[in-house]
Amino acid sequence: MVRTIWGSTVGKKTVMAVSGLIMLLYLVVHMLGNLKIFFGAGEFNHYAHWLRTIGEPFMHYEWTLWLVRVVLVLAVVAHAVSAYQLSRRDIKARPQKYVHSKPRASYATRTMRWGGVILGLFILWHLLDLTTGTVHTDFQPGRPYQNVVATFSTWYGNVIYIVAMLALGLHIRHGLWSAAQTLGVGSRARDRALKAAANVLALLLTAGFIAVPVGVMTGVVS
Amino acid sequence: MKLTLRVWRQKNADAEGAMATYEVDGISPDMSFLEMLDVLNEQLILSGEDPVAFDHDCREGICGACSLVINGEAHGPERTTTCQLHMRSFKDGDTIDIEPWRAAAFPVVKDLVVDRSAFDRIIQAGGYITAPTGSAPEAHATPVPKADADYAFEHAECIGCGACVAACPNGAAMLFTSAKINHLNVLPQGAPERETRVLNMVAQMDEEGFGGCTLTGECATACPKGIPLTSITNMNKEWLRATRKAAKR
Amino acid sequence: MTSYVDYTVGDPIADTKAPSGPIHERWDKRRFEAKLVNPANRRKRTVIVVGTGLAGGSAGATLAEQGYRVIQFCYQDSPRRAHSIAAQGGINAAKNYRNDGDSIQRLFYDTVKGGDFRARESNVHRLAQISVEIIDQCVAQGVPFAREYGGLLDTRSFGGVQVSRTFYARGQTGQQLLLGAYQALSRQIAAGNVEMHARTEMLDLIVVDGRARGIVARDLVTGKIDTYFADAVVLATGGYGNVFYLSTNAMNSNATAIWRAHRRGAYFANPCFTQIHPTCIPRTGDYQSKLTLMSESLRNDGRIWVPKAKGDNRPPNEIPEDERDYYLERIYPSFGNLVPRDIASRAAKNVCDEGRGVGPGGQGVYLDFADAIKRMGRKAVEAKYGNLFDMYQRITDEDPYEVPMRIYPAVHYTMGGLWVDYDLQTTIPGLFAIGEANFSDHGANRLGASALMQGLADGYFVLPPTLNDYLARNPKLDPVTDEHPVVQEVVAETEARLNKLLSVDGDRTPDSFHRELGELMWEYCGMARNDTGLRKALQRIPEIREEFWKRVKVPGTGEELNQSLEKANRIVDYLELAELMCLDALHRTESCGGHFREESQTPDGEAARKDDEFSYAAAWEFTGTGKAPVLHKEDLVFEYVHPTQRSYA
Repeated sequence: MVRTIWGSTVGKKTVMAVSGLIMLLYLVVHMLGNLKIFFGAGEFNHYAHWLRTIGEPFMHYEWTLWLVRVVLVLAVVAHAVSAYQLSRRDIKARPQKYVHSKPRASYATRTMRWGGVILGLFILWHLLDLTTGTVHTDFQPGRPYQNVVATFSTWYGNVIYIVAMLALGLHIRHGLWSAAQTLGVGSRARDRALKAAANVLALLLTAGFIAVPVGVMTGVVS
Repeated sequence: MKLTLRVWRQKNADAEGAMATYEVDGISPDMSFLEMLDVLNEQLILSGEDPVAFDHDCREGICGACSLVINGEAHGPERTTTCQLHMRSFKDGDTIDIEPWRAAAFPVVKDLVVDRSAFDRIIQAGGYITAPTGSAPEAHATPVPKADADYAFEHAECIGCGACVAACPNGAAMLFTSAKINHLNVLPQGAPERETRVLNMVAQMDEEGFGGCTLTGECATACPKGIPLTSITNMNKEWLRATRKAAKR
Repeated sequence: MTSYVDYTVGDPIADTKAPSGPIHERWDKRRFEAKLVNPANRRKRTVIVVGTGLAGGSAGATLAEQGYRVIQFCYQDSPRRAHSIAAQGGINAAKNYRNDGDSIQRLFYDTVKGGDFRARESNVHRLAQISVEIIDQCVAQGVPFAREYGGLLDTRSFGGVQVSRTFYARGQTGQQLLLGAYQALSRQIAAGNVEMHARTEMLDLIVVDGRARGIVARDLVTGKIDTYFADAVVLATGGYGNVFYLSTNAMNSNATAIWRAHRRGAYFANPCFTQIHPTCIPRTGDYQSKLTLMSESLRNDGRIWVPKAKGDNRPPNEIPEDERDYYLERIYPSFGNLVPRDIASRAAKNVCDEGRGVGPGGQGVYLDFADAIKRMGRKAVEAKYGNLFDMYQRITDEDPYEVPMRIYPAVHYTMGGLWVDYDLQTTIPGLFAIGEANFSDHGANRLGASALMQGLADGYFVLPPTLNDYLARNPKLDPVTDEHPVVQEVVAETEARLNKLLSVDGDRTPDSFHRELGELMWEYCGMARNDTGLRKALQRIPEIREEFWKRVKVPGTGEELNQSLEKANRIVDYLELAELMCLDALHRTESCGGHFREESQTPDGEAARKDDEFSYAAAWEFTGTGKAPVLHKEDLVFEYVHPTQRSYA
């Protein structure tokens, strides 16, 4: 079965759909958690600490978090590898472009591909910035509130983050609907509802994430 | 009408191709697009040039032979086959670009003619119901709900022209493949081969070098017979179902 | 040299191989008497099938299923594109699902009568018997016929028949049936039982020791001329309506396979029997490449008229009621607009010949729905004819809800074809002809929805057992190779013909000759024929032929995809076949079905048959290009249906 799935374009799309949905679920939780920043440093930092203690005493400190991280890494890798292989295949399947080209045709495909690359790079930066602090100018372990505020006090921090979140919105907008089609849950009757759901979710996620840098910029969060 | 045509010319499969420019005059708006090309070809023959090769046959929109990308759109600006496109869709003095279907799985044979035998091989992989002549039960032995029969028909309308592949930025044959799978899988007669059909046809489709689906919907927009994009969704569903069932066996 | 029209009459055809006895037992009897090939030996026997339409596709699939090795050909890029795909209306079958009094006997009767008593009774009865099995077979294959809410098959009445026996799949019945056959064939290709050669056109037949043993074919992509050998050859290459240049046939449908077989010894029967369909969209100019059919059902509610005055070119809506001539209602008050195809066609031609035709070139009549819209409301008209109106509007850019449609008759189907016996074998042993390529079942006129029935009956059910019998009776045929002198000769002739076409390098395009021939045939051998006209055509055709070989220009080479060469080579054969069609029409001084001789009509203008003189199928034997052929008559005996004269006045 694994071979059937991985060996087929339809199967690889399924891998993308499932891994995409896992990441989407994570993002919803992540976004909601982020909003706690508007309730002050104490609450936010406490929440961040709690994330490491989920499942205690059954789970050891940070075990749950690592479990989530492993699943996420697997999802990202599966998503990216499938996307890369499928894209390679797609490009090979159309070796010669039309002389009279029509930009509309590839709009969704292109936004997905470039959006995906942008998001991949963003995740790297994001981890190095706020998880490991490697590229952070003033990283204080255990004090995420302060770290976030510091990042969004720089112009490039805001630009990178907001651009990435816009890309995320576009990615989800096509990706969620697309995943539904890939998993075979779309239908003519459900199509409008699915598209609307994808749009609303994309909008809410983007708005929710961007609220944080905007909050810092406007001084609501400081 | 007077028109400037820029046409893809390619001597044979191995030769390099390029766009060539021709002028045609005295074109009537009532002509079909292919009749306009007939006029060009008559002109070329008399001037000792090689006429433009293009596939065509029934010229009434059903055989699926005609296959031109006109101004970047498969079958041109109207949602119909090239043979049913009329020159009234263009303006006097227009420049029209005419190219063959472009896809790795549809290599150019000559000029605007491409090799679509990959489609035949997809059908050969499972696009049928095994019913040897003489073995059929009485036609009314198995009633088919009207909705299912209509659904089957809607997908069976595919003419195999390949516009879906030509329009798809990934050169994917999902819509073609899904149309046949949906046609046969919804019918009770098609049920015994339901799983093998979808698995084998999708595998053959991949084997032929078609791209994957990114759900841009270009295929359904270009389809002269209006095969809906949900056809692909349902094929995916059938494929996942078949994969699960195969794993259980 | 004797003139072409001075044909001689040869021996009549004595044996059609139709068994004797009660008609409904004949097919069973024939099948029982047929010898069988041991299943283990079938793999060693090869059959060539040319064409992949309803007849060829179904035959190839069935023979391969039975275990024979099949080599199959089509000129299209895929076997799925054969012109059967364009048939709209439906397929007849005597299922009697409606309990409306239909039966095999009635379908048999209707077909013989519809064919104006020029078909072989035994064949027609077998066709009616098999019709029932065809529907079962197609449903099992997944053909999505129209169904009722209860899930059972829907039927409709078609072509003025009083029972509802036509099964259909919207307006695309031919497409769906063909795809069924194509899919069955595809399964056999995948299984390795059929070796499929697409884009390959048969150019000649190889006859060795009096038996059909192979074909010469050209790979249309590489231009390579190849030979293929087999124990039997089946031609399923369709009709020859494209002789007329403009017809409802596909552009590349052609007569080469059957004509070359005729030249090699197969008799050609009733070549003048052509069917003209009354409701086609008229041509709009000289560039026109083909004609499009509109379903005949339009005549159920549309009224046909032309202006009373000649040359009245006012827009139709400005012509007042009392200046219109609803000529069908006037001449045939009881049937009105619903008279049979041939009558409606001829009447349209007559009013146009009088100078009262409408539209470009005056070659059209109005089919007016204004009254229907008034009576039923636009909604109802839309529901009934919406798709046809849309099709009309797409092609003509006129809105038939606002202005009357224009229609004109067009060549649609050819009842004539290679003469075959009850086994569908031609006069060359081992050469079989099925579907529209043969002459057998429709007599002088084909009923609506019967072409699909015949194609599938031949391919799925009739040919397999009869071919089996032929192979069983000829268990050891000597192998044929490329070294055989006959093969070398046929190949050399084919190559010489193509080379000659390429070397003329004249100043006229192949199409210009085709168009000229078509116009001539339409004028003199079209809807109405007479002695003077036919003689004129017979004089003109050899002249065109001569000019063709002097002035045709075919660019390019033979070693590539060369569509001009393909076309020119087909025209070579049209230029000979046309002559035989005219001669056949000239010799048959009666009117019957699709063949209307102006000299032979009843006082009210109806076709007058001459049963004492012409109750036979005319099978012609080839003697050389432009040389007088030999006529062999197959007498038609009517034991079950007694000939009567039609009347619609």
